[in-house]
Amino acid sequence: MAKQHKAVALISGGLDSLLAVRVLQEQGIEVEGINFYTGFCVEGHTHAIRNHDKDKQKRNNALWAAEQLGIKLHIVDVIEEYKDVLLNPKHGYGANMNPCLDCKIFMVSKAVEWVKEHHKEGFDFIITGEVIGQRPMSQRKEVMPIVAGESGADDILLRPLCAKNLAPTKPELEGWVDREKLYDFHGRNRKPQMALAKQFGFTDYASPAGGCCFLTDKNYSDKLVDLWEGRGSREYEMDDIMLLKVGRHLRPKPEFKMIIARDAGESKYLEGYRKQFVTIQVISHNGPLSMVDGKIQTEDYELAAGIVARYGQGRDAEEVKVEISVPGQDVQTLNIKPLSIEQVLEEWHV
Amino acid sequence: MSRFELDARRMLCPMPVIKTQNKVKELAEGDILAVVCTDPGALSDIPAWARINGHTILGHEENDDELTITVRVGG
Ligand code: SF4
Repeated sequence: MAKQHKAVALISGGLDSLLAVRVLQEQGIEVEGINFYTGFCVEGHTHAIRNHDKDKQKRNNALWAAEQLGIKLHIVDVIEEYKDVLLNPKHGYGANMNPCLDCKIFMVSKAVEWVKEHHKEGFDFIITGEVIGQRPMSQRKEVMPIVAGESGADDILLRPLCAKNLAPTKPELEGWVDREKLYDFHGRNRKPQMALAKQFGFTDYASPAGGCCFLTDKNYSDKLVDLWEGRGSREYEMDDIMLLKVGRHLRPKPEFKMIIARDAGESKYLEGYRKQFVTIQVISHNGPLSMVDGKIQTEDYELAAGIVARYGQGRDAEEVKVEISVPGQDVQTLNIKPLSIEQVLEEWHV
Repeated sequence: MSRFELDARRMLCPMPVIKTQNKVKELAEGDILAVVCTDPGALSDIPAWARINGHTILGHEENDDELTITVRVGG
């Protein structure tokens, strides 16, 4: 009996990877999925934090896609390794802080490692849902061989949705898959994919607007750059990544930034950081919890408290009582007058 | 058959799923794992992960802000 060939597919949760897998399943190839969690992925997070997102249907699209396809999914935490990709991208950044090309190379190279580790189980090639010309940076025709080459995948990287536009790969040359039944999609027009989705009976699939991660988002990227500049270092931890998605961020002084919760859900989330950060909250009126990131001097407490008070119900009061808690110290209280709208300067908003 | 507990409190999805997946890899068929988490998203993600990978959800309990999801390794 002929060997059953197996492929591992990079699953982002979007339509393209869903289709790429189904196309190969139609040819009798057994597929398992792999999904890399960089910390910046659009999946998860914020819906768990903000109030108004709580009722939305929660689903992890990569898991959802795997279930639709009836395949196993391995989710791999690459948070630590990804730091080097984000901080030192050889091929540079896209429109924002997204190092898409290096990211693709990194993910495919991780998949190569996985295939090597699982060779005994019959895995011998990798598939992705890439489509030539769909993304400005990482999916141009010229870069397709770069991804294959620099990741070390070479001819075991197959892109079923645009394979006909590319040189034949090993799975095609060896006859494991029939090249004639692969596709030649290219460009930004998504109609062919949508038609194929319909043919396969996929509905309700995810179509993230920007990309698969927060780094393509301008606001998020601005906050990330501000964080690095504020600290004078580009180091970051998982908590930093998460906190950039929570609250409004204001930097009244170069040395510190304030994160002010926008609703009760965010206040509750920030509560968890009380032991690590200086927190400020109005106690005479209802108001959000706020956290200070960076170094705040005692003489700036009044300024910081005045800003926080601006976002609470006591904003128009003559005086409000504020509690400032510094980790490892007794809680202090302060009576201050909330800043007026004009006093909260536009340029403080990150 | 042994019983284990996994602390995934304060982790946001998909971290509780990743931790569950990695812990289950170390366990034997039939073992029971109770995952304690605080992200309500885990309530849809962990069962989805279990269905895909052939594990069984025995149930879940919610108290205060904590959620305990019990998984049996294998079918
Ligand atoms: S959008 Fe983010 S996850 Fe997707 S390729 Fe670009 S950097 Fe990587």
